[in-house]
Amino acid sequence: MVERKTVRRQLRLLPVVPSVLLILLFLAAPVLWSFHASFTNAALTGRSARNPAWIGVENYERLLGDSAFPVSVVLTIVFVVASAVVGQNLLGLLIAGLMTRARKPVSAVVGTAVVAAWVLPEIVAAFAAYAYFSKDGTLNQLLGGAGVAGADWLYAYPMMAVVLANIWRGTAFSMLVYRAALADVPQDISEAALMDGAAGWQRLVFITLPLIRSSIATNLMLVTLQTLAVFTLIWVMTAGGPSNASTTLPVLAYQEAFKFGDIGYGTAIASVLIVLGLVFGIAYVRLLKDKR
Amino acid sequence: MTTASRRPLDEASRRARHGDATSAGGRRARGPADAALLLIGACFLLPLLWLVFGSLDAEAGYETRLPASPSLTNYSAVLTPELLLGPLWNSLLLSGGTATATVAAAVLAAYPLSRFQSRFNRPFMYSILCGTCLPITAIMVPVYGLFVQLRLLDSLPATVLFMAATALPMAIWMTKNFMDAVPVSLEEAAWVDGASGLTALRAVVLPLMRQGLGVVFIFVFIQTWGNFFVPFILLLSPSKQPASVSIFSFFGQHGAIAYGQLAAFSILYSVPVLVLYVLVARGAGGSFALSGAVKG
Repeated sequence: MVERKTVRRQLRLLPVVPSVLLILLFLAAPVLWSFHASFTNAALTGRSARNPAWIGVENYERLLGDSAFPVSVVLTIVFVVASAVVGQNLLGLLIAGLMTRARKPVSAVVGTAVVAAWVLPEIVAAFAAYAYFSKDGTLNQLLGGAGVAGADWLYAYPMMAVVLANIWRGTAFSMLVYRAALADVPQDISEAALMDGAAGWQRLVFITLPLIRSSIATNLMLVTLQTLAVFTLIWVMTAGGPSNASTTLPVLAYQEAFKFGDIGYGTAIASVLIVLGLVFGIAYVRLLKDKR
Repeated sequence: MTTASRRPLDEASRRARHGDATSAGGRRARGPADAALLLIGACFLLPLLWLVFGSLDAEAGYETRLPASPSLTNYSAVLTPELLLGPLWNSLLLSGGTATATVAAAVLAAYPLSRFQSRFNRPFMYSILCGTCLPITAIMVPVYGLFVQLRLLDSLPATVLFMAATALPMAIWMTKNFMDAVPVSLEEAAWVDGASGLTALRAVVLPLMRQGLGVVFIFVFIQTWGNFFVPFILLLSPSKQPASVSIFSFFGQHGAIAYGQLAAFSILYSVPVLVLYVLVARGAGGSFALSGAVKG
């Protein structure tokens, strides 16, 4: 009787099986395979495509010796910090803050404009950004109208162009998070501070920001992860160029694996990214656990 | 009707209260805030203007200008079976298949997680949450290797299952949150009447969380529809590629000449997800959808 009960109890978990199988086969297996393949000389074509040989930490040694890798790490950090941590995060907070003061129709229209860039398919957003920053694109038209000489942004300042494009593309997420967070801030606290004569920035720094700090932490974590994985935007706008000037880690991994056919080396780069993602993921989970 | 569908109303009423309080407190600050917001909004719209104007301009370039003689020639040029309709159909198969598979698997998984206490629940949910953080672009190189080994390259069903797996962590998380909002008492009544767990799920729980399921389905659909990198790596033959990939090859081959057609292609390809997004935002509220995702 007792046994039947435990069996029944375990049978209850049966519906979880399809999800677990899918996740194990398509997410966990590639992650494990990535770590394994990064220790081999697996290639896209040729003999080592069928029978990759174990070469130990050679790929990782090459990674450290390869001049492209440190450059790529720096570019990735610049991209994430400038476009996500600073750009999307602060701009999203600013927009959400302004929306609590602005007229309702204005908030609605501007909210739609910001969200539009985010909802569009990534490749369309990338084309639009490409056209905007290209030599005879909209940005140079605007600058020309103001009497300022433009530049060929995608070649002269590729990182700046992709950073700005990613801010444009991704700010909506931060805006939505902060709108929800600010709506939860009790109005009477802020009003009491207003009565006590606190200036706008004082209320922001001493009241609003501490109240929404867990949303800020969550948002920072999520936008960092999303930005770390950006590929299409950069691939369409600059393809990592000119000469690796905008090659972030995802682009570098793609190039090594598919352009140069070195799957082993590509997976070594991918493994670095996966570890980074897992570190952030674990930090994010702990953050949510603490919140409870 | 249920807590799940009442929540957006609470949200709306709270917003309304919030708005009243602001209008009482800071009427003076409204003008500058409006102006600043409109300026930001204009900056966000600018890059999109090119798409709209260019698509109507048979002689479009990369500059944004009002079409001298607006026409629909770009649209009629790309509206051919091989250029647009076939890829759009593939996108529909890919996104519809992925969203269906994801929602089905997520509902099944969320039911025991939401209804039965087990010591596996918490670790499972936290690993799932950790899984949502996995950068999918990072695993595409190993996934390609895996697909080669398993001979799954260029297979639409395999790509659908892979994309479902990548969407599942978030979908399970959201679905469980929506399901938690459906009171257990209703099911208990069904159990008393002799219904099994899964029958209760189908007959009682699912109808009550229709709205939440719609949000999850559309969420996954939009994500898959817009995804470029995954089908770009996993689907090789042009006859199977979705619009996101075919538009990229179009851009490589003709984009440097036919800017207007590229813009028209982009717009036609984007319209479905824009419509779906409006549907979710109108029906359930953007913050409602987000609360299913972010709420712990």
